[in-house]
Amino acid sequence: MSSIAVNEHTDQHVEDHAHEHHDNFITKYIFSQDHKTIAKQYLISGIIWALIGGFLSLIFRIQLGFPEAQLEWLRPLMGKWITSSGKLDPEFFLALVTMHGTIMVFFVLTAGLSGTFSNFLIPLQIGARDMASGFMNMLSYWFFFVSSIIMFVSLFIETGPASGGWVIYPPLSALPQAMSGSGLGMTLWLVAMALFIVSTLLGGINYITTIINLRTKGMSFLKMPLTIWSFFLTAIIGLLSFPVLLGAALLLIFDRSFGTSFYLSDIYIAGEALPNMGGSPILFQHLFWFLGHPEVYIVLLPSLGITSEIISTNSRKPIFGYKAMILSMLGITVLSFVVWAHHMFVSGMNPFLGSIFMLLTLIIAVPSSIKVFNYLTTLWKGNIIFTPAMLFSIGLVSFFISGGLTGLHMGNSAIDIQLHDTYFIVAHFHLVMGAAAFFGLLAGVYHWFPKMFGRMMDNKLGYIHFWITFVGVYMIFFPMHYIGIAGFPRRYYSFTNFDAFSTFVDLNAFVSIAAFLTFAAQFLFLFNFFYSIFKGKKAPANPWKANTLEWTTPRIPQHGNWPGEIPSVHRWPYDFSKPGAKEDFIPQNVPLSETPESNLPFEAKIVAEEKKAIKS
Amino acid sequence: MIGFSIAVGVFLVLAILLLIFRLHTLVNVMKQSDKKIGSGYNRTNAMLGMVFMVLSLILFFWYSIKNFDIYQIPIASEHGVLTDRMFWITTAITGVVFIITQVLLFYFSYKYQHSSDRRALYFPDNNKLEFIWTVLPAIVLTSLVVYGLIVWNKVMSPAPDNAEIIEIMGYQFAWRVRYPGKDETLGAYDYRKIDATNEFGLDFADRAAFDDFTPRELHLPKGQPVEFRIRARDVIHSVFAPHFRLKMDAVPGMPTRFWFVPTKTTAEMRIETGKPEFNYEIACTEVCGKGHFSMRLLVVVDEPEEYEKWKAEQKPWLSKNPEYLAKVPDNLKELAMVKSQIESTSSIIQESKN
Ligand code: HEM
Ligand SMILES: [Cu+2]
Ligand SMILES: [Cu+2]
Repeated sequence: MSSIAVNEHTDQHVEDHAHEHHDNFITKYIFSQDHKTIAKQYLISGIIWALIGGFLSLIFRIQLGFPEAQLEWLRPLMGKWITSSGKLDPEFFLALVTMHGTIMVFFVLTAGLSGTFSNFLIPLQIGARDMASGFMNMLSYWFFFVSSIIMFVSLFIETGPASGGWVIYPPLSALPQAMSGSGLGMTLWLVAMALFIVSTLLGGINYITTIINLRTKGMSFLKMPLTIWSFFLTAIIGLLSFPVLLGAALLLIFDRSFGTSFYLSDIYIAGEALPNMGGSPILFQHLFWFLGHPEVYIVLLPSLGITSEIISTNSRKPIFGYKAMILSMLGITVLSFVVWAHHMFVSGMNPFLGSIFMLLTLIIAVPSSIKVFNYLTTLWKGNIIFTPAMLFSIGLVSFFISGGLTGLHMGNSAIDIQLHDTYFIVAHFHLVMGAAAFFGLLAGVYHWFPKMFGRMMDNKLGYIHFWITFVGVYMIFFPMHYIGIAGFPRRYYSFTNFDAFSTFVDLNAFVSIAAFLTFAAQFLFLFNFFYSIFKGKKAPANPWKANTLEWTTPRIPQHGNWPGEIPSVHRWPYDFSKPGAKEDFIPQNVPLSETPESNLPFEAKIVAEEKKAIKS
Repeated sequence: MIGFSIAVGVFLVLAILLLIFRLHTLVNVMKQSDKKIGSGYNRTNAMLGMVFMVLSLILFFWYSIKNFDIYQIPIASEHGVLTDRMFWITTAITGVVFIITQVLLFYFSYKYQHSSDRRALYFPDNNKLEFIWTVLPAIVLTSLVVYGLIVWNKVMSPAPDNAEIIEIMGYQFAWRVRYPGKDETLGAYDYRKIDATNEFGLDFADRAAFDDFTPRELHLPKGQPVEFRIRARDVIHSVFAPHFRLKMDAVPGMPTRFWFVPTKTTAEMRIETGKPEFNYEIACTEVCGKGHFSMRLLVVVDEPEEYEKWKAEQKPWLSKNPEYLAKVPDNLKELAMVKSQIESTSSIIQESKN
């Protein structure tokens, strides 16, 4: 039993959390119920997954950049997936692409990102001692862990892992006759994802309840940092959309193993006509994208929240349009559920539906552009400090612009006819979702590392890491626009079979080299990260002079987060450079009555009330 | 041995790097240089941002202009002109927004870098600004949507009555095409009738199937509407003809269609591209397994007269596989022989009667 008093703000509870705490190694570091430890577990798992996912992409980038290359030297690692002539097996190429996508989208940018920062920041920033249910939180991590193990094991089985793309469209994914990855590999994929969804739901329910119920005194919804808003909305999206994927996966499992025909109809394969009739492969696509599109915002919103926080802090300036930011995130949340079929314009769906989804898709661009303009205005007339976290946040905004704008091409069904499933879409979603979300993750790590480990990361290594990665990402993904406009289809093992795709050999090689360099640069980060955990400079309690509550905890917050009473909140989190104030920041827990020199007229009015509230 | 020395080398290099890093950190601690915010590194980062922005914009324009003809492949269909025009209008609009926002992003970062004798402006919101940049994108997007709807509805409208009907069927890993023959009607099919020879699953109870022919190449008439009837036999594939700006999934159990008008013959394209070997191609753009990247179908666009001539030369499938006459119901055998141009094959009839 954990003895933490779960965050009530009345005095009698202060002593509760001061209870003796008997932790042994296992309950402290492994089966921990402390949100900070669970966050670190997610972070480390996410980093490992990112390395694996990145590594897989390097292998297929070798194939795409240098189709003539002899890959005999990879045989010790890849065994029979290197053919006798020293080439990558075309089927394993698809397996690599599939696993790369699955790992990056789900295991790194969903679990690694939300898992780390929602867990770490929600209690610290809303002023809670821990999550609403520490046990469920622990369970959520361990479901994720088991899911990870299964997905990892599937990489090594005889028939290879799932290979039909991360969207696993049936019938390809339903029929082991269609490709060897659709055998055991696909079964493991489905089992792993089912567990993953359970983990996400456990986590999500916890985030939502914690935010609704455990906010400290004074922390109204409109005083919450934008990070918390973004985690809150992300969890809601996940809660509403992941169950649909679970449903889709279950039906697929039935089709695969129990002879049902939800997705299968009129199939003749491997010299045999299958008995299935009346099913619809399109049904799966609808179900999949009903999760799939919200999923891109599940990946992106936390990063946008993190960035808002970091950009405001390091511009020493309030985030511009706090309420507009919340409204645009709300808008994105709602709209993200009604645009899914823009992935299916040429699937054979009724063209009239296509028109509707085009309309809805382009509407979602409005809140997205509001966010960009608000970031720019926040920088305007700021007093900008380039910490590595700030650089990565600016990088995120740059990617979000570059990738978001091509959404207007993809979202327009008439244009999408040509661009669908080409490298153009690969460029689009890697910039707007892949790179942007990744930069949010990195920015978050640089920014909250001092609170996680009580030490500072090295800035200069951070700068070098940023510049190589930022330039590298553009060098990898920007050229793909050209390749895509020229019509090169995605998920192609080689382009040599077609006259139409015989160009851009040099550009593809360039992209591959850029990918190798960018990947290599990530080791600077890894070194910086692990070295600083043990040897980094000791961090002050509030190294960035930020306003949110986590910086009012001790250098290394212990179980229960605050040694004494939980601070109460008296102002919004963005009082930076307020005219009249002595310092250029005023933390959220400073009462208005202590800052008469800087109070705005409407704040001066509520000082009296506030004083009363503090006394009682 | 070589492996070992490489390992030692790598180890040494890493050790040296580590040492330099450690010394550097210590020196910084002595100099307390991280304490000063506005100093060197802040300015360097701000500068680097500007340098990056300027250089990459130059590179972007230079590359986009220089290689325009490589990535903008010629258009060979009527609707392709419309969709490409939309693409470039959208690109122009987003391009302007792209440049303005990226320039502002890096310029602001540079201009407002930290200085200890200045304070940031406390500017938490401004309804007028918010209003402007909600309404402005909304207007631009509305016009793009309206324009897009017009083009989309035109492209997806039902095919004209005089359209040539051609069936394309995808399977692992190739395409097969079927023409309706003289009766201008595609015969019925049933996937349960598919076998090694009867790849389409033609149903010979349907008289329309008798004269269908299935050539190795896809021929199209220039300047005439053509409707593809698209289907798949095993998994999902997707018909993609890049020069025609045409794409449509081939789905098992759910036939799809796409109509268009080819505007340039293969010969004309050879002159336009300057490549005497030029050929139109159809590729697959929905991952379908091991051979996904190799599903190439050769397409030939002819002048209408050539096309009619080519069509007239094609032999019905049934005439090439007369043993399937056995599957024709007795009352239609006569007709089947006439329609499929099987001559004087009473022997075959005789056989199939037994
Ligand atoms: C804001 C964050 C966004 C994220 C994270 C995101 C992410 C993605 C991803 C991952 C895909 C790939 C699907 C696949 O595997 O085929 C995709 C496709 C697509 N995106 Fe986005 N997107 C974003 C913004 C937008 C915007 C603003 C629009 C339109 C205005 C848009 C329109 C589309 C469309 C239409 C497709 C489907 C294209 C196709 O399959 O041909 N996206 N997006
Ligand atoms: Cu989507
Ligand atoms: Cu394919």
